[in-house]
Amino acid sequence: MSEALLSVADMHVSYGRVEAVHGVSLDVPKASIVTVIGANGAGKTTLLNAIMGVMKGKGSIEFDGRPVADLSLEARVADGLCLVPERRELFASMPVEDNLLLGGFRRSRSERSQALAETYARFPRLQERRRQLAGTLSGGERQMLAMGRALMARPRLLMLDEPSLGLAPRIVRDVFHIITALKDAGVSILLIEQNARAALQIASYAYVLELGRVTAAGTSAEITDNPRLVESYLGLGGASY
Amino acid sequence: MDSTIVLFLVQDAVINGAIYALVAIALVLVFAVTRVILVPQGEFVAFAGLTVAALEAGRVPPTLWLLVALGFLAAISSIVWHWREMNGTRFLKVIASTIMVPLILIAVTKFIAPLKLGLAANTILTLLLVVPMGPLIYRIAFEPLAEASVLVLLIASFGVYLSLVGLGLAFFGPEGVRTAALSDASFTAGALIITGQSVAVIVVTLVLLAGLALFFGLTLTGKALRACASNRLGARLVGIPTSVAGQVAFGMAALIGAVSGILITPITAIYYDSGFLIGLKGFVAAIVGGLASYTITALAALGVGLVESFSSFWWSTYKEVLVFTIILPVLVWRSLRSSHLEDEE
Ligand SMILES: Nc1ncnc2c1ncn2[C@@H]1O[C@H](COP(=O)(O)OP(=O)(O)O)[C@@H](O)[C@H]1O
Ligand SMILES: [Mg+2]
Repeated sequence: MSEALLSVADMHVSYGRVEAVHGVSLDVPKASIVTVIGANGAGKTTLLNAIMGVMKGKGSIEFDGRPVADLSLEARVADGLCLVPERRELFASMPVEDNLLLGGFRRSRSERSQALAETYARFPRLQERRRQLAGTLSGGERQMLAMGRALMARPRLLMLDEPSLGLAPRIVRDVFHIITALKDAGVSILLIEQNARAALQIASYAYVLELGRVTAAGTSAEITDNPRLVESYLGLGGASY
Repeated sequence: MDSTIVLFLVQDAVINGAIYALVAIALVLVFAVTRVILVPQGEFVAFAGLTVAALEAGRVPPTLWLLVALGFLAAISSIVWHWREMNGTRFLKVIASTIMVPLILIAVTKFIAPLKLGLAANTILTLLLVVPMGPLIYRIAFEPLAEASVLVLLIASFGVYLSLVGLGLAFFGPEGVRTAALSDASFTAGALIITGQSVAVIVVTLVLLAGLALFFGLTLTGKALRACASNRLGARLVGIPTSVAGQVAFGMAALIGAVSGILITPITAIYYDSGFLIGLKGFVAAIVGGLASYTITALAALGVGLVESFSSFWWSTYKEVLVFTIILPVLVWRSLRSSHLEDEE
């Protein structure tokens, strides 16, 4: 693997006394897509929240060679980490454009207006809806807005928690195209998915999370060739890409 | 009752309603951003009234010592809670904002107070002394509880209220104060005499409300505060420092309270504990607005003013009872539709 942008080692995360993530380690190299796949309840969201600083975790997190495990959530955002959470967490009572502008809260005014133009170019749909309240958007538009808001911060690492959740297959395809385009533009991506087939098609490296532990890791091709994993995650059901 | 009395009561209601509207808007603002029901909001009103009265008399206002006490507590609180992130610069920042600022204000006030520079200077100085109390109180009592439930925050809020009333008695004493009218002008409209004081109250209130609307509608800081209210986790994820947002909200509440205090002290005598009833009436209006809608809240405050002024005419013994009885049907109505409030994402 080339030089890692994000390097997580021996991460433990608990809810009260119950540990949900048991010593997970993973790396995300620069300008690449890494995916973590796993069933519902495997601990994917918990792991991501700990990396972002939404939850407290035990373990080391290095971002661009600097330890960030002791930094606050705000400081991690300022460093260039960004999370698009599972529930999107949009500002429902505010217009689309205000949601986007707030995504660039930590940027200067000129950077913000430039980023807004770029975001509208990437998501023309959001520009059409710019005056509409975020709470009135459709599921796909909400996911676009959540990603657009995250990109307004110009993150170096974008973490996406199940971006395909609840979306129609055609929209999932759009979202995954955009993720690929972001990687090509130089953003590193940590993609959490239950939709393993779709995730493996765009990721270069994958981790399989089961009951809070990494049980398999390898290039997407290696994971796709593993018969046990194929049966568990790529076999029956699951929308394909 | 003839039309002159009605007009007189309406004028009275509008003036009181304006003050309640300011208090109520501050309560909504603080609740939206921090989920704190700011029981001591009325204390900002009372302390500002007492401060401006002292300055008018050419005395050094005891508010200074209250500010120093709060600053000292805030310094301890910040250092204890942020012990792990403390370093040289952060420590200096804490000391500068909690200890140095009050000390500078002491020096300025001691110099200016005996000069009796007049209304404008007194107003500015009062704002300078009362507004910092907001962020300091947030840092002492509420920042450490940022993740606590609304109930815990409410209990803390009562605690802060009780301590402030105690400190108010200790620093200001039990005497009431009243200041000169903001304007001596008056004119008649039919049989009604409209005083410059009432005009001042209404104009300042409208300007302040308009200013707030512009701040929340147009500035990024205002939008960031609304974002904290709309989705706290979302706000944190885009890098809005929620503790700073809390301090800003409390500072704005203190500012609104201080302005109300300066407006109301020429109309009614203000004591160290006058804040309670004013705050409670503002609270009634804020509840009618569901602690969320600024427009409904302001209109409800006007309604509270009307109920109060007409009931004091017909049924003066029970006027407070009547005002607080308004809250019951509103609470029933709110609880009936509370299921709708919960699913806001
Ligand atoms: N707020 C919570 N309190 C207690 N346990 C939780 C909480 N959230 C999740 N868990 C538990 O932690 C484990 C991992 O959950 P999560 O990270 O949400 O999984 P995933 O995102 O992979 O579906 C699950 O067993 C879940 O029951
Ligand atoms: Mg999840």
